[in-house]
Amino acid sequence: MSSDHSHDLPFWKKYIFSTDHKVVGIQYTVTGLLFLFFGFCLMMLMRWQLAFPSQPLPWLGQFFHEKTMVSGIMLPEFYNQLGAMHGTIMIFLGVVPLAVGGFGNYLVPLQVGAPDMAFPKLNMMSYWVYFIGGVIMFCSFFLPDGSAQSGWTSYPPLSVIANQGQTFWLIGMVFLITSSLLGSINIIVTIVHLRAEGLTFFRFPFFIWSQLVTSFLLVLAFPPLEAAGILQLMDRVAGTSFFMPSGLVVSGQVLQASGGGNPLLWQHLFWFLAHPEVYVLILPAMGIVAEIMACNTRKPIYGYKMLVYSAIFLGFMSFLVWAHHMFLTGMSTKMSSFFQITTMIISIPSVIILTALVLSLWGGSIRFTTPMLFAIAFLPMFGIGGLTGLPLGLTAADLHLHDTYYVIGHFHYVVAPGTIFALFAGVYHWFPKVTGRKMSEFWGKVHFWLSFIFINGIFMPMFSMGLAGVSRRLYDPTQYAHGLAVQPLNVVISYSAWLLALAQIPFILNFFISIFAGKKATDNPWEATTLEWATPTPPGHGNFLTEPKVYRGPYEYSVPGAQHDFSPQHLEGIN
Amino acid sequence: MSDIAIKHISKPHPVTGVTNGKLGIWLFIASEIMLFGGLFSAYILLRTGSPSWPHGSSVLNVPLATLNTMLLITSSVTMVMAWASLALKNVGKFKFYLGLTILLACGFLIVKSFEYGTKFEHHHFPSTSTFYAVYFTLTGLHVLHVIGGIIVNAYYLFPGSKMWETNPEQFLCRIENAGLYWHFVDLVWIFLFPTLYLI
Repeated sequence: MSSDHSHDLPFWKKYIFSTDHKVVGIQYTVTGLLFLFFGFCLMMLMRWQLAFPSQPLPWLGQFFHEKTMVSGIMLPEFYNQLGAMHGTIMIFLGVVPLAVGGFGNYLVPLQVGAPDMAFPKLNMMSYWVYFIGGVIMFCSFFLPDGSAQSGWTSYPPLSVIANQGQTFWLIGMVFLITSSLLGSINIIVTIVHLRAEGLTFFRFPFFIWSQLVTSFLLVLAFPPLEAAGILQLMDRVAGTSFFMPSGLVVSGQVLQASGGGNPLLWQHLFWFLAHPEVYVLILPAMGIVAEIMACNTRKPIYGYKMLVYSAIFLGFMSFLVWAHHMFLTGMSTKMSSFFQITTMIISIPSVIILTALVLSLWGGSIRFTTPMLFAIAFLPMFGIGGLTGLPLGLTAADLHLHDTYYVIGHFHYVVAPGTIFALFAGVYHWFPKVTGRKMSEFWGKVHFWLSFIFINGIFMPMFSMGLAGVSRRLYDPTQYAHGLAVQPLNVVISYSAWLLALAQIPFILNFFISIFAGKKATDNPWEATTLEWATPTPPGHGNFLTEPKVYRGPYEYSVPGAQHDFSPQHLEGIN
Repeated sequence: MSDIAIKHISKPHPVTGVTNGKLGIWLFIASEIMLFGGLFSAYILLRTGSPSWPHGSSVLNVPLATLNTMLLITSSVTMVMAWASLALKNVGKFKFYLGLTILLACGFLIVKSFEYGTKFEHHHFPSTSTFYAVYFTLTGLHVLHVIGGIIVNAYYLFPGSKMWETNPEQFLCRIENAGLYWHFVDLVWIFLFPTLYLI
């Protein structure tokens, strides 16, 4: 398991089929970023149709097959494919692999002082299973009827009678679920078993806690979706009727199926995963933000223990709120009361975490570095996302807002300027550790300010559109009078989306150029305290030169009497 | 470069009292329980929501399923015997019992294929009714788990057993973990049998 022969490994074993957690982490990060950009491209195509319904897409339109666009005008079927795959790719192939696969894999062993993950071979397998899942999803676009088009939620009966792309979607999902299962078991065992001597649970950086809770959510919440996926696959392939009610009429004909199934069963199984999934998306982001804020305010995180307890409570409660996605399915008022109450309760730990992070700024000598700007921006963005969710958790308001653009605005504020900003912060923050060179601060700030402006330009108007009643999956909102009234907002959103894409150019160039030409970084360029900065830069195989020991908590910045304003975890005594 | 090895591969962690592999396999079993838990709850919802539901024993072959239950329970016993023989450093007996476990599991699959065969002869397919859909999906998924167990055990019986020469401690841990998985597969069947065949 050790490293003595690492230099003799052939190229493909060292960089492609590597069992080193750092290489796997980098593979996950790069693949995740690529899928994130791909998912964004799908959305930019949809934005043309939404801003200028049924007008030919200039220039680009000629490159599309006639089954997707006829002389540049997008067909409704293709619009639906783009929508379904945008959601699927962003969540299951972009953000989760980045947050858990990328950051989790790279940082967890480093922050707990381990030489590698507990099961390095499983770790490699986890990445390649994810990769196959991604390839299946990507290839489904090239099927004769195109990819899945029943939304990322794949509600039956529509999804059961849909085109072949849905079968690919289900098979791809089975691969992705298996991959995150392998990854999360690995992360839990690594955190619990491989932590360095002296690293007690309450000396963990908050990022480790967030990964631990996230991994438990993945282990326990994903299998019911796998079960649901298997049942839907049976419905589609073997002709069963798990989700097909009796006497279903499709295009004027009674569907030939044994019937007796229940479409709501899918929704229960799906949301039993998909609500914990929300916390899978947000918890690692909170972990990243906590690390960056402690380092850049030069003071301990405010209320560290409350953060930890809140994260654990969030994880537990996230299993008890799923049916608030289903208020409109005709559930009894007793049921909806239960889920309204649990939904209101779950907002409390999120507010505690957010408040603690805001209070952490107080009295700090803040360094406004690029990662810190993204981390600070995360706070109000996640705040807006969280607060706009409250009306959706109460049936009286949800009846009006359900399935409108308000919902889209709400969860995108949580995930896009929330989680994705935190992920950008993480990329800028740990880039020097991974590559040995810093990214350009100037271009980082350009990237931040442009992204910040345009991302709000995208999602803020969505609240107004949703309140006006525009439904989320409409191909052409101008067909309705209430949609026509707010159509100018769609144009604003679309221009913001395209400009946001341009704002990513500084990031992409900065990323690649800095790998080769960035300013050289020392082992601990940000003067941080946690264990990953105690390794050589970039860390070699086996990570640490000598086995690290931990003597203190994670955020001992500006300790009175100390010589420096940071006291690393692995150094003994006051220094 | 450093030479720090991964700890607790064959020595238990002082706090949790288990090795890495054992903690991993327990987490895996936890996720499997959620998988089958999801399927069982789907079964309950479909059955309670259905106007009529056949009595398992009137449509399925209970004697064959009882035989299968016996086969699997016996195979769980032989799996423990295999592990115990290895712990006593008796490799011959270990191979005998592990081989027996694999044979019993294969016996289970043969009986199951007879059961499936007669169902198909009578034109009972997953698409026939929701009852058969549940029956074929749940038992089919369980069969996949049995096949997985056979592959793992066969690996440890033949190529994987070389580890006994180089690292006996870790090999013993691996057999114990394979046993835990195998008992879980057995346990799933013990839930499936009454649920599908008897009530």
